Amino acid sequence: MKLTLKIWRQKNASDKGGFATYPVDHVSKDMSFLEMLDVLNEELTEKGEDPVHFDHDCREGICGTCSLVINGKPHGPLQTTTCQLHMRSFEDGQSITIEPWRAKAFPVVKDLVVDRYAFDRIIQAGGYVNINTGGVPDANEIPIPKTIADLAMDAAQCIGCGACVAACKNASAMLFTSAKVSQLALLPQGQVERKTRVEKMVAQMDAEGFGACTNTGACEAECPKGISLTNIARMNREYFSASLTSENV
Amino acid sequence: MSWVTKTLKSTLGRKLIMALTGLFLILFLTGHVAGNLQLFYNDGGEAFNIYAKFMTTNPVVKILSYLTYLSVIGHVIYSIGLSRLNQAARPVGYAVSGSSTNSSAASRNMGILGTIILLFLVGHMYSFWYQMHWGAIPTVTYEGETYKDLYSVVQIAFQQTWMVVLYVIAMGFLAFHLSHGFASAFQTLGWNHAKYSPAIRAVGLVYCIVVPILFAAMPVYIYFNS
Ligand code: HEM
Ligand code: SF4
Ligand code: FES
Repeated sequence: MKLTLKIWRQKNASDKGGFATYPVDHVSKDMSFLEMLDVLNEELTEKGEDPVHFDHDCREGICGTCSLVINGKPHGPLQTTTCQLHMRSFEDGQSITIEPWRAKAFPVVKDLVVDRYAFDRIIQAGGYVNINTGGVPDANEIPIPKTIADLAMDAAQCIGCGACVAACKNASAMLFTSAKVSQLALLPQGQVERKTRVEKMVAQMDAEGFGACTNTGACEAECPKGISLTNIARMNREYFSASLTSENV
Repeated sequence: MSWVTKTLKSTLGRKLIMALTGLFLILFLTGHVAGNLQLFYNDGGEAFNIYAKFMTTNPVVKILSYLTYLSVIGHVIYSIGLSRLNQAARPVGYAVSGSSTNSSAASRNMGILGTIILLFLVGHMYSFWYQMHWGAIPTVTYEGETYKDLYSVVQIAFQQTWMVVLYVIAMGFLAFHLSHGFASAFQTLGWNHAKYSPAIRAVGLVYCIVVPILFAAMPVYIYFNS
């Protein structure tokens, strides 16, 4: 395959940045999108040019590190992670525009790499359980109905990639935050800090400068882990009821 | 900050205000469209004028109307605040947008649709609401009681082609605003449930088609019947 790549290049956070165009040749349909970029970077390195910086780690769709807005879609045309996207999803001769996640709360570090610590700070604000869990408990020691366990597991699938923020016209982090609120609010272990947790996580989400939710559903449509909008409704319920009834005046 | 202001200043709290005021406006529209159906009676406007007098004098309706003004003002002020917050959250946009593949056009343009509705509202309030309250309009007498003849004001207004066209177009924008807004308000309130959400979406779809069509039918009916 022959492709024309239009890639966002930016030296550092303060650089203005701009697009650079690179033709690439000899791309196999079986390559992953990141492997295709590896090929480009090898060529650039051989020519003595600065390779394109992009985030990646596991390359098996579980860590949430890879990103990239590909032709206007976070993680590209399929509902998967960029590392699990293959070149067979593109056509020979196609032109592909690659941009970083765009959000005030996700500043560009270099090229396509953005700083996603804002998500970590939301988790630090309350996305944990403050008890000494000890060793592995016996199965079924804490009874949890299967339906509830399934809902919690669905929410826990979120890998924190940030595609929801990238897709949202408001750069809102509601889908991420609501998944993290839900996975604990649904389980018995999460009850002690339930109200304080949602209050603190929402406050941190707002402080980071993410937008509000217009319920467009773009996040859900682009999320590689299929996190559902029902989580946002649950977070809203949790938040409004916590506001009314928590001890935090 | 007290817990009340903290909640209402949060993104979720602001959205709560949008949803509650929006839903109240939907209730208002329901009453407004039902009452105005009396324009379709062929009684020379008697039923409509009696209804209009009731709506401007009854104390319960007065309270409801103040709530409606408050809802419009609150809805608009909060929509400005939220729109600015949302724009600030993405200072640098994308060169290529794939948003048409993941969300509806109405949901992405609520602010523009709302602004057009607001412009329409200002003109609409001036044409009828202002005239009814403070304008010099003719009076009629039914069974010894005097009524302002709002019906004749409406008749004259909708003999102008441009007015009719404007009203029909404005109702189209209202339909799009509600095509997203109706179900969205319930999601904001946290009412997303496998048992009820399909019904909410269905009612929302019917509502956003039927109500604007009924409103739009009024000027069209008057235009062709006078
Ligand atoms: C009769 C008139 C109106 C009705 C019935 C109405 C109803 C609604 C409803 C139900 C929502 C959904 C709330 C939610 O998502 O929680 C909404 C959202 C919205 N409305 Fe209205 N609205 C009206 C007029 C206006 C006007 C005049 C404006 C503004 C200038 C406006 C601007 C907006 C905006 C910007 C949103 C989206 C807010 C967001 O989620 O980001 N609306 N409206
Ligand atoms: S909700 Fe989905 S898109 Fe958002 S961070 Fe989690 S996995 Fe990524
Ligand atoms: S690199 Fe880990 S999910 Fe893509």
